[in-house]
Amino acid sequence: MNIQDMILTLQRHWSQQGCILMQAYDVEKGAGTMSPYTFLRAIGPEPWNVAYVEPSRRPADGRYGENPNRLYQHHQFQVIMKPSPDNIQELYLESLKALGIDPLKHDIRFVEDNWENPSLGCAGLGWEVWLDGMEITQFTYFQQVGGLECKPVSVEITYGIERLASYIQDKENVFDLEWTNGFTVKDIFYQPEYEHSKYTFETSDPDMLFGLFNIYEKEAHRQMENGLVHPAYDYVLKCSHTFNILDARGSISVTERTGYLARVRNLARKVAKTFYEEREKLGFPILNKKEDVNHD
Amino acid sequence: MTNRDVLIEIGLEEMPARFVTSSMNQLAEKIEAWLHERQIEFSGITAFSTPRRLAVSIKGTAQFQKDVNEEAKGPAKKIALDQEGNWSKAAMGFARGQGVTVEDLFFKELNGVEYVYVNKFIKGQEVRNLLPELKDLITSLTFPKNMRWADEDLRFVRPIKWLMALYGEEIIPFSIAGVQTGNETRGHRFLGESSVIQTAGEYEAKLKSQKVIADPAERKQMILSQIKQIEKDQNWTIPVDEELLEEVNNLVEYPTALFGTFEEEFLELPEEVLVTSMKEHQRYFPVKNKEGKLLPFFVTVRNGNDEHLDIVARGNEKVLRARLADAAFFYNEDKKTSIEDSLKKLESIVYHEELGTLAEKVTRVRKLTSLIAETWGLNAEEQKLADRAAEISKFDLVTHMVYEFPELQGHMGEKYALLKGEDARVAAAINEHYMPRNAEDSVPSSSIGSIVSLAEKLDTITACFSIGIIPTGSQDPYALRRQASGIVSILAENNTDVRLEELLESALSIIEEEKLAKDSVENIKKELLTFFKARVKHLLNERKVRYDLIDAVLENEIGSVSSLVERAEVLEAKRSSEGFKETVEALSRVMNISSKAEIDVAIDENLFENSYESGLNKKYMSILDEYASVKSEEERYEVLASLQPEIEEYFEHTMVMADDETIRNNRLALLSAVTKAIRQFAEWNKIITA
Repeated sequence: MNIQDMILTLQRHWSQQGCILMQAYDVEKGAGTMSPYTFLRAIGPEPWNVAYVEPSRRPADGRYGENPNRLYQHHQFQVIMKPSPDNIQELYLESLKALGIDPLKHDIRFVEDNWENPSLGCAGLGWEVWLDGMEITQFTYFQQVGGLECKPVSVEITYGIERLASYIQDKENVFDLEWTNGFTVKDIFYQPEYEHSKYTFETSDPDMLFGLFNIYEKEAHRQMENGLVHPAYDYVLKCSHTFNILDARGSISVTERTGYLARVRNLARKVAKTFYEEREKLGFPILNKKEDVNHD
Repeated sequence: MTNRDVLIEIGLEEMPARFVTSSMNQLAEKIEAWLHERQIEFSGITAFSTPRRLAVSIKGTAQFQKDVNEEAKGPAKKIALDQEGNWSKAAMGFARGQGVTVEDLFFKELNGVEYVYVNKFIKGQEVRNLLPELKDLITSLTFPKNMRWADEDLRFVRPIKWLMALYGEEIIPFSIAGVQTGNETRGHRFLGESSVIQTAGEYEAKLKSQKVIADPAERKQMILSQIKQIEKDQNWTIPVDEELLEEVNNLVEYPTALFGTFEEEFLELPEEVLVTSMKEHQRYFPVKNKEGKLLPFFVTVRNGNDEHLDIVARGNEKVLRARLADAAFFYNEDKKTSIEDSLKKLESIVYHEELGTLAEKVTRVRKLTSLIAETWGLNAEEQKLADRAAEISKFDLVTHMVYEFPELQGHMGEKYALLKGEDARVAAAINEHYMPRNAEDSVPSSSIGSIVSLAEKLDTITACFSIGIIPTGSQDPYALRRQASGIVSILAENNTDVRLEELLESALSIIEEEKLAKDSVENIKKELLTFFKARVKHLLNERKVRYDLIDAVLENEIGSVSSLVERAEVLEAKRSSEGFKETVEALSRVMNISSKAEIDVAIDENLFENSYESGLNKKYMSILDEYASVKSEEERYEVLASLQPEIEEYFEHTMVMADDETIRNNRLALLSAVTKAIRQFAEWNKIITA
């Protein structure tokens, strides 16, 4: 199965479970969790069921397109369900079957893995799912987001698309994966992988990036004061990504690192709190919505 | 009257493997305690667990609680009867409260006062009605990490999926977090189905038919015998790490062991790297040949049956290959980097905000190493090697491999140092300077390793203390206690005269030079000594030395730790032997009286008034040389013990606190001199002789 079909299959599967299919969010981010469709919507009492593909940038993992397993940017298929459904593990295993993975022919295990993202004030408990010893999915019950206790609890399922595809397609090198008929990952992503790596490690301008970080941070605070959560959050994401480039570049010493992480964390906490307050002002509208979404 | 079996099963989403066994035991213990508390008789209790369930079966549970006959005590007689001798209101109230009439009351004396009593018979309740209390027992289970899920408020180890609670064939009714009890269990996730359990007796067998081995001991045995079979078939040796086996056992409900292979070229990687990749990251058992050499195979345990094992093996091989390819890449990259380049990188890594970079720490360790090496008695060549070992002790921290596998710090340093042509003794010391890594680990075997290890740990502890990081209660984020215990063990195991106080002074002098201290050096030193005494005490406790003997050797300075430990152990060995009591009493008496000495005068033999004074003085002079010349602490003990007859006779015939001030001071001077000599061994008057 090529990657395109995998995505289509997962979309169909989770759409049938009542998830809103969303598109990737258009600001750089390190993980699907950082999309406002996860980070913000996991906050507060309103139900929320979504699925989307999220391109995730990890500047430190850039390898100029030369490493068979590491990418500057990989893809996550992200599912959020709030409150976490009783049969969520079964729904997940059904999705693997839909991808052609027969559990009777493999060894599928749920191995403890607790997830923490201190820079976003997030913590959760759950597992990494092993398929014949390979970690293919992160499965997390959010306990805290942006420093706020989650009630109800959201469950987050994050499939590593390339990982899973390398197993399904039996390929050793991520660049050999077939995206769709006649197109490999290499055809589509090799050049950006190379260029982003070169940019991150060689040609980026740390002084400019430090400057941007400060500007983004300031703007995030300013927009929050106006109660404009989403524009503010976009700038938090930009801060986070800028920090990641500087960190990968080796421009941030260990001591400074703590300071920058604390600044991002403060922003994230403040956004989380503001989001909750804004939703509360609106009377948590989704809470009162009838279950009248039509699925096919 | 029939006894019934009770069965409780909590069905869960996969628990963390490390919590399964302890949670199972906790559930069984709580249920057993509840049965005792509730006076419910039973004939046996068995616990079960898999990643998805905790279960307890109680055999032969009585139908009723035990009946209880007891006397209930009421008011005192003088209150229970009015002046005419009739029952008072208080007595009638008591009877009413106990559900009896005043006719049932009688008097009985308690501590010389008569009280009203009534014989009370409490009929045991039907156990059936008590069993729903198990609900609170289940929700009171505690776990190292708890979570919430969905809309529930309950915090539990993982979400509860089903509850089975049977009393005989009856369902014990209760619900937890929206889950109602029933009589249905669930089988293996993929190989089994749900199954109705009629009574506890069929639990294990029915689950087995649904491909779940509920008894963890049986499951473990299956894994072991499967591994043995592979060992036999392939003519391999598969060392079974107990901890890994326990973890793997709690990751599966139905185990099937299988093996896979990896490319032989990866065997060129250091063994620690291969073993860590397999064990820590993949939970595989590494495979060796009969000679103990690592082979390019691994054993994994699948949660399933023996069908399609080839697919499972291939998948696992692919994962391991990717991991080892990564490791090989890091290994080759690291080989290209010189030690000097790595050391440069240490300059940009902050060790601690207030204590500078790693490079600065290494500089301090290096200075301290050379101070210790000298007092330790290393020759010039060895001193040079120790200096080199200290200088490069941390270079591997910036290698790719240690970044990926932090637990390999030191091990990789040794490997890489050898590859880069360092002296083997220097390479070994890089690894050894982390030892002992934990309470079970051994101390460095080489002098150079011991010295660098001491320097590294002493620097960490003194540096932390000097900026106010001092462990309190359970707060010890930098594991300073463990490191101090490491220092104590190294000193105890090495027969060295080096005094701990001197080591601390050396370490502090360097801290002072660098102007890191936030407090006066005197204060820091005092804190350090208290801290180290506690570690030495801990060590002696572990060696089963009686507490008063520990206090006796620890009262004064610590000095040489190995000598101190030896003295404590001599006392511990001697304390039950004949004459110990008399020796301790004689020596204590000297110490007690000499504390009355007010002025310091020289002993004047001309002032001795009897032969016992000169006798003790003569004996004292003779043991001074003897004490210094014998080698073992046991001999030293005997030397001091030989003072006993002279001391006893002295006290029998001499009045120390004489009226004549000159005579008195001279006598105290002799006793003070003796005290000074015997105190080197122990503070004798701290020893309890009964």
